Amino acid sequence: MTAVEAPAAKPRRTFRESTLGQIWTGLTRSPAGFAGTVLVLAIVGFSFIGPLVVDQDNPTDTSMIWTAPSGEHWLGTQYEGKDTFTILVNSGAEPIWVGGMAATMAVIVAVVLGSIAGYFRGRIDALLLQLTDVTVTIPQFLLMIAVVAFFEDIPPWGVAIVVGSTMWAFLFRSIRAQVMSLKEREFVEAAKLQHLGTMRIVFREILPNMAGFIFVNFVIAVNQAIYAIVGLYVLGLMPSGTPNWGLMIHLSWQNNFFLLPVAMPYVLAPLLMIVLFTIGLVTMGRGLDQALNPRLRDR
Amino acid sequence: MTDPILSVRDLSIAYKTGRKESVTAVSGIDLDLYERQSLALVGESGCGKTTLGLGLLRLLPGLGEITSGSLTYRLKDGSTADLLKMKPEQLRRFRWAEAAMVFQGAMNAFNPVIKIVDHFADTLRDHSDGKRKWTKAAVEARAGELLETVRLDPDRVLQSYPHELSGGMKQRALIALAIALDPQVLVLDEPTTALDLLTQRSIVQQLHELRKKFGFTMVFITHDLGLAAELADRVATMYAGRIIETGSARDIFYEPKHPYTAGLINAVMPVKGLRPQLESIPGYPPSLKAMPSGCAFHPRCAFATDACKNERIDLDLLTERPLGMSHTAACLHHDQVRFERKCTDTSAARPASIVESETADV
Amino acid sequence: MSETPLLKLSGLEQVFDTRKGPVAAVGGVDLEVKAGKVLCLVGESGCGKTTTARAAAGITRPTSGAVEFRGKPLTAMNAAERTEYRRSVQYIHQDPYAALNPTRTVYSTLTAGLKRHGLVKGRTEARAKAAELLRLVDLTPPESYLDAYPHQLSGGQRQRVNVARSLAMDPKLLICDESTSMLDVSIRVSLLNTLGRLRDELDVGFLFITHDLAVAKYFAWDGEIAVMYLGKVVEHGPTPEVIGNPQHPYTKALIGAVCEPDPDLAKANRSAEQLRSAEIPSLHDLPAGCAFHPRCPAFEPGVCDGERPLLQLAERRNVACHVVARDRRRAAAPDDRTLTFDAVPGSRRPEPESAI
Repeated sequence: MTAVEAPAAKPRRTFRESTLGQIWTGLTRSPAGFAGTVLVLAIVGFSFIGPLVVDQDNPTDTSMIWTAPSGEHWLGTQYEGKDTFTILVNSGAEPIWVGGMAATMAVIVAVVLGSIAGYFRGRIDALLLQLTDVTVTIPQFLLMIAVVAFFEDIPPWGVAIVVGSTMWAFLFRSIRAQVMSLKEREFVEAAKLQHLGTMRIVFREILPNMAGFIFVNFVIAVNQAIYAIVGLYVLGLMPSGTPNWGLMIHLSWQNNFFLLPVAMPYVLAPLLMIVLFTIGLVTMGRGLDQALNPRLRDR
Repeated sequence: MTDPILSVRDLSIAYKTGRKESVTAVSGIDLDLYERQSLALVGESGCGKTTLGLGLLRLLPGLGEITSGSLTYRLKDGSTADLLKMKPEQLRRFRWAEAAMVFQGAMNAFNPVIKIVDHFADTLRDHSDGKRKWTKAAVEARAGELLETVRLDPDRVLQSYPHELSGGMKQRALIALAIALDPQVLVLDEPTTALDLLTQRSIVQQLHELRKKFGFTMVFITHDLGLAAELADRVATMYAGRIIETGSARDIFYEPKHPYTAGLINAVMPVKGLRPQLESIPGYPPSLKAMPSGCAFHPRCAFATDACKNERIDLDLLTERPLGMSHTAACLHHDQVRFERKCTDTSAARPASIVESETADV
Repeated sequence: MSETPLLKLSGLEQVFDTRKGPVAAVGGVDLEVKAGKVLCLVGESGCGKTTTARAAAGITRPTSGAVEFRGKPLTAMNAAERTEYRRSVQYIHQDPYAALNPTRTVYSTLTAGLKRHGLVKGRTEARAKAAELLRLVDLTPPESYLDAYPHQLSGGQRQRVNVARSLAMDPKLLICDESTSMLDVSIRVSLLNTLGRLRDELDVGFLFITHDLAVAKYFAWDGEIAVMYLGKVVEHGPTPEVIGNPQHPYTKALIGAVCEPDPDLAKANRSAEQLRSAEIPSLHDLPAGCAFHPRCPAFEPGVCDGERPLLQLAERRNVACHVVARDRRRAAAPDDRTLTFDAVPGSRRPEPESAI
């Protein structure tokens, strides 16, 4: 007796069902996730597209030191008489791309090593675990300070490597734990019984099941990396070449601008940018988590 | 007494699925339950039987909501009360003292870090009427007595943590806990699922004995038709959130009049007797979100006509009997449903050994 | 018995190391499965049936004993033979949802193995092959399933996809571990009917694990049933014999314990004799002699608690029971009085007229 099967739900892999589609749906479905995404996109747009739009001619003008906000200077001028808004527009790009790069590196290293360690266990796992033990025990920020102080004139990508190399260890451990639990799942056993090949099983069967977790951790890592980079600038340990949020805070702090009421826009603007970006990333991360967690997804 | 102990009228239950969306899981339930009866709610997963069982005690999870209807209980003191109008304090007293529930999956129904005796203490103290003071000794005495009625050794079990008991022992302890305050109505959700066959049998035996001893009214929810035949006086079949057939156990198992009930019974594999050719019901149950119009079973039904697709079909009285034992079915074509006992037509294929052993037995 | 069995387990033992010491989950099992035939392993949880199946599928390595595929022990196989065995013996899990990768479509799940082993070339061929597999397991029209994700399918549909995936490897033997136990009754029957068709048309052998005697009876009617208790086979023979006329007290108890969908039969069953104990002994501390004796209604002191009973031929099947063996010896001796033994009177069928 052949069962007449009910036709399944609409076939076709629609945009909604693709991974990117799910991310997008998740981000836009909850108001908080949507607001976070908008905030992040706005700040990224402001920092990367802004410099192309805003007039870059921003000369030192001793007659214009510390003027209040006006139609011409939206955030007033700073201690050299330069336009604060123009400086702010140019200040976001470096922390964001360096932070993004550091986080990308940390996540890739953590995912690859974590998957291998969690799946194969044994000696390679023990070795990597030892390595993370060491990495985790060393105070990260002090390590960064030491490295950056040692290599003077370190380029931004170098900073990204330094920051990224201190961040991978935590994520490595959680990825490893997830792989260890996923590899016991029946679908992995089914894949093994089909002789699908170890690398395929690790990276194509197991890894996609952690996509949500990895994305969320990436977002958190970007946030941490930006904090670290800004921190290094604030401490004045980085070459003061291009303008950025950290440098602005560093100058305000070193020269006690925060005691000067008229300097408030200059002091507060970078802080506000960092705070907003953090809030945006965190709410976006929460939205992503809901979007990519299969148990929450189909509600 | 001829008044029902529980009277359900037009009960509907919905689950919230979004901020403003909800799906109806159970609708239009009318049911009268009389003293000492045992009613089985049967159906496949997703038919709403567990939701209805939980709804009978207002134990629905956070997203569930009773959207219409009434649930009238006759209490121990003879008065009647609508469960849906009770205040939280009254409801707390009502549960366990008047009606209790044995949840699905004995494994998870106990808190793993609380000893069995403390589960009894919590229940007795929280749900009793407050007239009796439940001292430690009183709790232990009562719990011991209850455990003995379900054939558990109180000395061993009382001071144990749930994980130290086997599945069958946990299920027994759970039943003992449910009858701790001598409720009139006991609702059991899949009482034997996930237990081994022999354990299952001993629980069934146990429930028979307890019913005889305490005389409670029993509603049990099961997907296992064998269990229903074993324990129920009355059976109600559910499909897509509605009761589609009710009757005595004999009505349902020997002369089902709804094509779904007939199909369901036809799909059960018997162990005794010969191997029948079994047929499955074609298709799959509908999703709550996309319920077919008219009779929800019509897309899978061999008897369906256009009339089935258009209007909602209510339970039709087939055989009238007192005390809720009437046979009713919600099918326009119930007169065409013929259910054949499946073992009769394959007798030619009987292997010799079976014939021998049967004749020897008879 | 000239035909080489597809799968042969001999003296299979599986000991697990636990905190409380070693535990023999399977303690010496001999079984055979032939092409196109069904062997059902029946027993309660913890009896070792799943452990046996996993060793047979090559997922775990037995502590001792041999698993032979087409007469060749797994341990003596070279790489090519092992690959051949891997593909020929497929395993179907209990939980249809857990066995499917939630991030892959049905098409992707079905064709991963085919692509890996170079059995299909190109997307068109892969899709055609996947559609053919879906048709084999009665998921029609295949086009409406190919691009679906597991969460969009019902339990029965998912299990069919699992079966289709194993069929992609053109298996000679399917090992089904409680593969129908999580499905609703009507869905279960239709899946069993589909599997039965595969057995008859594709000549696939089955090692079918179930705790449900009714399923065993339905699916293995032309095959054999082996009843396991605490790591050992206690009764093994043709299905109609074992189910229709059980000899071992444990088999009798199992059959007597089944709840039949028949109120009159159930009433007759209510008087059934109870086991002496409802609790299964722990594998850590197996009873001496016959492991079933602390629960056995036919227990006789001095007979059952001495040494372990061996599987012996009785009534066209093998039984491991001291009492059955003793009664047979007595029956063979003409002057001895014959003891008929019916531990579970409830397993009788009632008179026909009461059933209608």
